[in-house]
Amino acid sequence: MKQKEKIIGEAYVWLSSLGLSLGILMVLGLLSLIVVRGLEVFWPKPVALLALQDGQEVLGEVVLKQEKRLQDTEEWQMFVGNKEVLGQSFRFVDVHQIQKESYPPEVLNIERREYGDAFGWPVKLVLKDKEYLPSNESFAKQLAQAKKSSLERWEKIEELEKDQIGKLNKKMESLRLEKKQIDPKEITNIKALEEKEALLQKKYETLASQARQLRDLQEEGYLELKNTKGSLQKIKVSQIVDYYYPNQLTTGDRLQRFFYQLGAYLSEDPREANTEGGIFPALFGTAVMTLLMTLIVVPIGVLGAVYLQEYAKPGILVRLVRIAVNNLAGVPSIVFGVFGVGFFVYMIGGTIDELFFSNKLPTPTFGTGGLLWASLTLALLTVPVVIVSTEEALSSVSQGIREGSLALGASKWQTLKRVILPAAAPGILTGTILAMARGAGEVAPLMLVGVVKLAPTLPINGTFPFIHLDQKFMHLGFHIYDLGFQSPDSEAAKPMVFATTLLLILLVLFLNLGAIWLRERLRKKYASARF
Amino acid sequence: MPAPDSKKTTANSSPTLIEIKDFNFYYGEKQALFNINLNIPYQEVTALIGPSGCGKSTLLRSLNRMNELIEGIRREGNILLEGQSIYDPKLEVISLRKRIGMVFQKSNPFPKTIYENVVFGLRIRGQSNKSRLDEVVEKSLKASALWEEVKDRLQDNALGLSGGQMQRLCIARAIATEPEVLLMDEPCSALDPVATAKIEALIHELKKDYTIVIVTHNMQQAGRVSDKTAFFYMGELIEFDETEKLFTNPSKKKTEDYITGRFG
Ligand SMILES: Nc1ncnc2c1ncn2[C@@H]1O[C@H](COP(=O)(O)OP(=O)(O)OP(=O)(O)O)[C@@H](O)[C@H]1O
Ligand SMILES: [Mg+2]
Repeated sequence: MKQKEKIIGEAYVWLSSLGLSLGILMVLGLLSLIVVRGLEVFWPKPVALLALQDGQEVLGEVVLKQEKRLQDTEEWQMFVGNKEVLGQSFRFVDVHQIQKESYPPEVLNIERREYGDAFGWPVKLVLKDKEYLPSNESFAKQLAQAKKSSLERWEKIEELEKDQIGKLNKKMESLRLEKKQIDPKEITNIKALEEKEALLQKKYETLASQARQLRDLQEEGYLELKNTKGSLQKIKVSQIVDYYYPNQLTTGDRLQRFFYQLGAYLSEDPREANTEGGIFPALFGTAVMTLLMTLIVVPIGVLGAVYLQEYAKPGILVRLVRIAVNNLAGVPSIVFGVFGVGFFVYMIGGTIDELFFSNKLPTPTFGTGGLLWASLTLALLTVPVVIVSTEEALSSVSQGIREGSLALGASKWQTLKRVILPAAAPGILTGTILAMARGAGEVAPLMLVGVVKLAPTLPINGTFPFIHLDQKFMHLGFHIYDLGFQSPDSEAAKPMVFATTLLLILLVLFLNLGAIWLRERLRKKYASARF
Repeated sequence: MPAPDSKKTTANSSPTLIEIKDFNFYYGEKQALFNINLNIPYQEVTALIGPSGCGKSTLLRSLNRMNELIEGIRREGNILLEGQSIYDPKLEVISLRKRIGMVFQKSNPFPKTIYENVVFGLRIRGQSNKSRLDEVVEKSLKASALWEEVKDRLQDNALGLSGGQMQRLCIARAIATEPEVLLMDEPCSALDPVATAKIEALIHELKKDYTIVIVTHNMQQAGRVSDKTAFFYMGELIEFDETEKLFTNPSKKKTEDYITGRFG
């Protein structure tokens, strides 16, 4: 009997440790998959030239080698680029078809503004009727120079079109509004406004023509590339974002390119329906939204918890409120999104528009999704987390300390402020961390209250009033969804999905580490070894 | 501090500071104190003794109205501090507690620095002058015989102190604001003989400036530190007299049984 019990007991120990290790393995597996696939994107791979039995040639990066289903053979998935020439940027090749595999060093990898990457053999560079052959010594220098000046031109064009013309448009808009409000009888006033308008119009025209000239310049100069179909394709210099010889790289070069591409990914705007380019606006939007949400949720949650725990008379009402708060944590997040649209966006936002922005109507200002409403909605979603953990922290502050403070003649409020809250601060921060983690990873409600596919203007920028609470923004979670399920070429977007997922995880980790650091500091200061 | 001659005097002519009159106290239905009449003399040490659960802490905590934090309590009778009722609705409980300091049975330093612990009462009173605070810290810690041990680590967390040091810190905290009365609920119950001796010596010192009411289970301690002793039994005050008289020649049988260790 005893023996049997012991055996059963031991089995339970083993079972529970098995459960734990399974859990850990799953988490580690998931994380390592995301880390590996996410970082792989930025590692420059060599470009293989495959000669097939039927005489075709395939040039591209080997993405995947896999068993072919139901057949006893292997197939390779090749990223061949050149979407506009080859029709598809991915292609499958059966291994037994391959006659020869080689890595020609002259092959050039060109990252382009449109149509993604292109692989091929450079034939010649044409600049202002002058031709340079790859065998020519000055070819490399000329290409680099041309790329650099075209990039500079793009920057100038963007500056002109987005910043300067954008500002002009805003001024014209406000002039138009002014004109609408003026009494039509006051002719002199209207005249003055019209004069101003004409002046702006003139300015606009000079700026626009400057931009047009620059754009014309961008049409000049091209690189001729021979592809596997044997045809020559002309790639405008202005289309080249970057280029390198993938089969000539040393490991050091590769490492350098890896970090360069990683940096570009983190700091640039997205291109081509988000499948190319960087991710900076989404990263920024997520961080700003999460921080704003934290700023909103912590005071509300802490005040609520303080009232429930310290001031409210325990009774049926308080019990009910507590149950309601706990249940709020279990409500599906999309419900909060719907509530956010109905309450924040339409009701509050609509009212704000009517009261303060009525001259802009029917174009909504706050009566549409935006940073503020998204943050408020998420704050609502995460407030139970903060309340519950704050209550727990408050209730674990010992009665002795409270009495000690009261006995010294402190009022209840002084006791709360000077003794109880500092002692509970680490616990409150734990709740904040949980709320931040939950909020940063949430996507569903955000789609309803202000996150969009593309919003390159950041919600915090140089134009007055600097923080644009009404602005729509990008978000990493939504970006992942958009890349993975909404993009026209989901195969091409797959690596970006992994990279973006990795980034989202890192961002949450980073925010949490910040909060944990703060908590440790507080804990040292008010070392009550309770949490 | 008011002049002693303004005080009422008891039979043996030491002036009274706190007058407890026909005091009854209930925790819900349960009565904890029965009709207590007791005059606590000015600038002397009064010890409250008696078996566990007899109501010593309840009486002590009634003196600064700490009992009011408990749900469902009720009281009858009155307590007068310098002739004024402490239950007078016009008197704020906060200002009462500012006049009556308290040291708890279980030491309860705040999770703050040693320095901040001592100046807490002053900060509550709005004092923020740095040099004044420094002065008080040194004075209070010296008075509670802790200065030499902590003067180099005033900015360390108070929870890093030993049990005895923490208790002395709590005493320093209580006397930093110079209250008129000091209530001590078994201040030495968790301490070793050395720390106990230090605190007893401290009580001797403090007696010069403060009126002290101390609860203790230790007969020798009551004998050593107090001028007057009150013996409680089952919520009733059995005997109150000069300590020497009560220990050598008690007038009640129960007192004698208790101090000779026959029960309790
Ligand atoms: N918060 C409370 N609620 C209900 N009853 C209480 C409460 N505090 C004390 N009592 C009861 O009141 C009586 C007196 O308690 P009190 O704490 O005053 O005793 P004491 O003399 O201080 O005992 P000890 O020497 O053990 O500290 C006891 O019977 C106790 O059970
Ligand atoms: Mg007690």
